Amino acid sequence: MNPQLLQVICFYAFGFVTVAAALSVITLKNSVHAVLALVLTFFSAACLWLLLEAEFLALALIVVYVGAVMVLFLFVVMMLDIDQEKMREGFVKFLPIGLFVAAIMLAEMLGLIGVRAMQAHVMGADPAVAAGVSNTAWLGRALYTSFLLPFEIAALILTVGIVAAVALTLRERRDARYESASQQVKADPNRRVRIVKMAAVRPDESTETQEPQP
Amino acid sequence: MLDQLIHQLVVPILYILAIVLPLVLAVAMFVYWERKVLGWMHVRMGPNKIGPFGVLQAFADVVKLLIKEVILPTKANRFLYYMAPMIALVPALAVWAVVPFSSSMVLSNANAGVLYLLAMTSMGVYGIIIAGWASNSRYALLGAMRSAAQVISYELAMGLCLVCVLVLAGSLNLTEIVNAQAGSKGILDWFWLPLLPVFVIYFISGVAETNRAPFDVAEGESEIVAGFHVEYSGSAFALFFLAEYASMILVSFLAAILFMGGWLSPFPASWGFIGQGGFPWLLLKAFLFSFMFLWFRATFPRYRYDQIMRLGWKVFIPIAIAWVFVAGLMKYYGLVSIGTGA
Repeated sequence: MNPQLLQVICFYAFGFVTVAAALSVITLKNSVHAVLALVLTFFSAACLWLLLEAEFLALALIVVYVGAVMVLFLFVVMMLDIDQEKMREGFVKFLPIGLFVAAIMLAEMLGLIGVRAMQAHVMGADPAVAAGVSNTAWLGRALYTSFLLPFEIAALILTVGIVAAVALTLRERRDARYESASQQVKADPNRRVRIVKMAAVRPDESTETQEPQP
Repeated sequence: MLDQLIHQLVVPILYILAIVLPLVLAVAMFVYWERKVLGWMHVRMGPNKIGPFGVLQAFADVVKLLIKEVILPTKANRFLYYMAPMIALVPALAVWAVVPFSSSMVLSNANAGVLYLLAMTSMGVYGIIIAGWASNSRYALLGAMRSAAQVISYELAMGLCLVCVLVLAGSLNLTEIVNAQAGSKGILDWFWLPLLPVFVIYFISGVAETNRAPFDVAEGESEIVAGFHVEYSGSAFALFFLAEYASMILVSFLAAILFMGGWLSPFPASWGFIGQGGFPWLLLKAFLFSFMFLWFRATFPRYRYDQIMRLGWKVFIPIAIAWVFVAGLMKYYGLVSIGTGA
């Protein structure tokens, strides 16, 4: 089979799954099913990126979003006690607002695509292939040389985000009891248990207690 | 056309079968070996009735599980309940695609092998969470929650350990990582020596990732019956079992490949026959690591949930982060010699 043709078939197959899964995220009634559909969307998007030979981005998407972020998301959604019927109650009431927002978003996206199309320039060859190294190696070299400052700033912003999230949600409870692990490790068995050594004694014949007769 | 079809479809499928079938067989024998070792450590006999020394016990268990009824609990989510065991098993098998068995024996010599490995192992947790939620059981949901928190926490420590290896080897390709450990000094050239703390952290994190004792709070028979798979029976349970043991064997192989020189011989090449590398060396190392899983299980009592979280976040991750810098300095000052492979 022609490899180019196979690639096109794969592209449409992955693209179809991506779009179908993304649609089911917003149409499925059960919220856990919706989250799993979102996972499938991310996974098929990663497959599409693999077709583009952007292997680092594709695998990073799976490791970060599928493997960590969505697991926590699923976790939270499973804990929620959602009444499915109530969720659908306001559907008609909020439909006009929803359609309005959707129309604005569609117009904005079309505008963006139009502007991009006007300024379109032909993409050069894949720089990683041109340099003769793997996609990951090329990306690493670019990030840590030409784009070091933006990269470090992004890292700093993310760290600030983590610290802020922890600071916002951390509520220290005064009434909770904790055991200090380091103190537990330092526990000395000699202070807990005393082993007593004593000579074995034979019960005295004369003082032997009488077994009660049944 | 036919020639191409054979080359592109039939040959890879044969290769895949050549990996998966021995793996399933290894899981069966590993289960037998586990029960035997635990028996010896408890001064018991272990299985000894079926076949010579009881070696056929595992196969008898498989047959028993396969002919049992799969029960669907009331109000369980039917689709996800049956999907969960498959979701658990597929990543556990798919990850073997990039594992090199010797310098030329590998299904896919991918450049981003380590990343693929991380991606696949991080997806295994979905099987557990979905199983816990879909069975409509409190015990199962509690087990799934514990497992998810534990796997995510230890994945971070494990990822940082892999970063140390990558810094020294300078490659994401598992074959090149093993080749980077080659050298004239044999066992002293492998990465376990410069990365000793990280090596220990990696293996303990691997034990925690696979939800094995002493980190098996996800199952916790004494508290939550059997955790996420409490409602599963028959072949659905067998798939979870297979996935768990396949991941244990995988962690053993990876510890051997990343830190203990893979298929390289521990003796200098000048020692003739035993100085040559090859698949038996990798098998022997992986066997020793998988034996340690059983040894841990027979030796240590189960960790408490908060102790697991403390160990992962407050001990392992800081040490691993510090060692990333140490590994960088070792690489920068050329303290670790990197082999190029034969």
